[in-house]
Amino acid sequence: MSAVLEAEAASAGSTASDAPVAALAHITKRYANGVLALDDLSLTLRRGEIVALLGPNGAGKSTAVKLMMGLSSPTAGSVSIFGADPRQTAARLRTGVMLQIGTAPHMLRVREQVQIFRGYYPNPMPYDDIVKAAGLDGIEDRFFVQLSGGQKQRMLFALALAGDPDLLFLDEPTVGLDIEARRAMWAQIRGLAAKGKTVLLTTHYLEEADALAHRIVVLNKGKLVCAGTPAEVKSLGAAATSSQPNALGLKIIRCVTTLGEDHLLAMPGVAEATQNGGLTTITSSQPEATLREMLALDQSLHSLEVQSPALEDAFLALTSN
Amino acid sequence: MSTAAISLPAASSHTFGRTLRIFLNETRFEFLRLLRTRAFSLSVIGFPVVFYIFFGLIMNRGESIHGVLVAKYMLAGYAVFGMVGAALFGIGVGMAAELNAGWLELKRASPMPPLAYLLAKCITAMAFGVVIVSLLTALGVTFGHVSLTLAQYGRMIALAIVGVVPFAAMGMVLALLVPANSAPGIANMLYLPMSFCGGLWIPIMFLPRILQHFAVVLPTYHVAQLMLGSLGFPAAGSTSNHWLGLLGFTLIMLGVAWLGFRRLEQKS
Repeated sequence: MSAVLEAEAASAGSTASDAPVAALAHITKRYANGVLALDDLSLTLRRGEIVALLGPNGAGKSTAVKLMMGLSSPTAGSVSIFGADPRQTAARLRTGVMLQIGTAPHMLRVREQVQIFRGYYPNPMPYDDIVKAAGLDGIEDRFFVQLSGGQKQRMLFALALAGDPDLLFLDEPTVGLDIEARRAMWAQIRGLAAKGKTVLLTTHYLEEADALAHRIVVLNKGKLVCAGTPAEVKSLGAAATSSQPNALGLKIIRCVTTLGEDHLLAMPGVAEATQNGGLTTITSSQPEATLREMLALDQSLHSLEVQSPALEDAFLALTSN
Repeated sequence: MSTAAISLPAASSHTFGRTLRIFLNETRFEFLRLLRTRAFSLSVIGFPVVFYIFFGLIMNRGESIHGVLVAKYMLAGYAVFGMVGAALFGIGVGMAAELNAGWLELKRASPMPPLAYLLAKCITAMAFGVVIVSLLTALGVTFGHVSLTLAQYGRMIALAIVGVVPFAAMGMVLALLVPANSAPGIANMLYLPMSFCGGLWIPIMFLPRILQHFAVVLPTYHVAQLMLGSLGFPAAGSTSNHWLGLLGFTLIMLGVAWLGFRRLEQKS
């Protein structure tokens, strides 16, 4: 009898760690104005993992977060948080949220806002722990309106932590933070995952996703582009960026030239060439060779500019096609 | 089995005690927030006080019309003027701004009971209403030779509390239908004409006959007449009709607010 109970308890324990903390199943979201924000997206979050939703602005990251929080309902598909409807209080008591908001009430102190949010939960995180985790030391008595952009962001992070939640949604958490504050927040997020919390964060910085996430889900135009560990996603990205092995040496060349697109595409290293209003934009993996040939062939070439593309830009531009 | 294992039933909803604490906390900080917001507290309390001092106490110093002390008669009008301002600006403009900034969304995503948000705003407007009515009464008694019984004062306070409700509903409609940046302007466009035509500044019987007929649709008119009644003045129309008028207005506003809320939900 007791053996049976133990076996049952053990199996329950193992299902608990494997069972999804949150799941989006075949979600399609079309807004009333006809914009298709998400197109058949499925996503599962498990205990103790950090998942990054990566994508450019308008990719549908925030929409996915809002659906998971029950702030918006899907056109098709289903959402579940801890096996329940995200709009239920039971689910909300176990989640913490950081949204991109315009402003919080101006004339409340940081301390007061944190205490208000702590009051919503039965077992909130101790106040001092929140202050430490979010780096609010020394600004606790300031009014929200007196905070700098980074401090505001840290206060919002504190509000997300207030309930000591098992699941955190962080929508662009490090926007406006300086490098030091950004790294401090990363360390906090890693610490939360180590304690078994699940974190879903959205970002448009590949660097951030790479530094933090166990899993990256790349979204573009509401569709899942690819998903996997950071290493997998980066190798997929590199492969998609160019068939050349040294995709990371990619440069963007802008200039005014008489050379035609077809001619340019035939040059060494050129992956892409587009002409727009007199200005030609060339993506090349061997910029020196490309430039040498272009300058030799076109004496009138001028307004030359060479840029390193942000890795995520190149990655997203090419994966979206 | 697996769902039972992952959802902790220990705290799946709020207990009564915690719910009450959330409501109290929300109200306390909403009041504090508005009190500290000088643009709000100074104008919402300041306007009725300054107007009453000018028009009730200085310009009509010691004057009586048909045996009615002007300072006491005008106390009713400016008391209503003050509480309507507290509701329209505190709830309408405040909620419009919080809706626009996405703050309301963050609150909705939290486990806060949504009613706590609305009630906190409503009770705060009532508290400001009580403060304004008390201040005006104190001014009238001290400088305007206004005498009133404790029962009359009690009835005024009770009316300041109940009378905020229709305007709170109206504020909600404003917040849900009007873009945040034009909310203060539109609130004024409603507030000032509604105050004038409702007889808050000039006694209703001195207004043109056509406006007197029009006043029946204005909640300001009904509250003002009830306020006059609570001060012992003969009011125009019957008391029960004024209460019915307020009830009808409140229900219409709540209906429109509900439609506005639905529209918002569909957009999100």
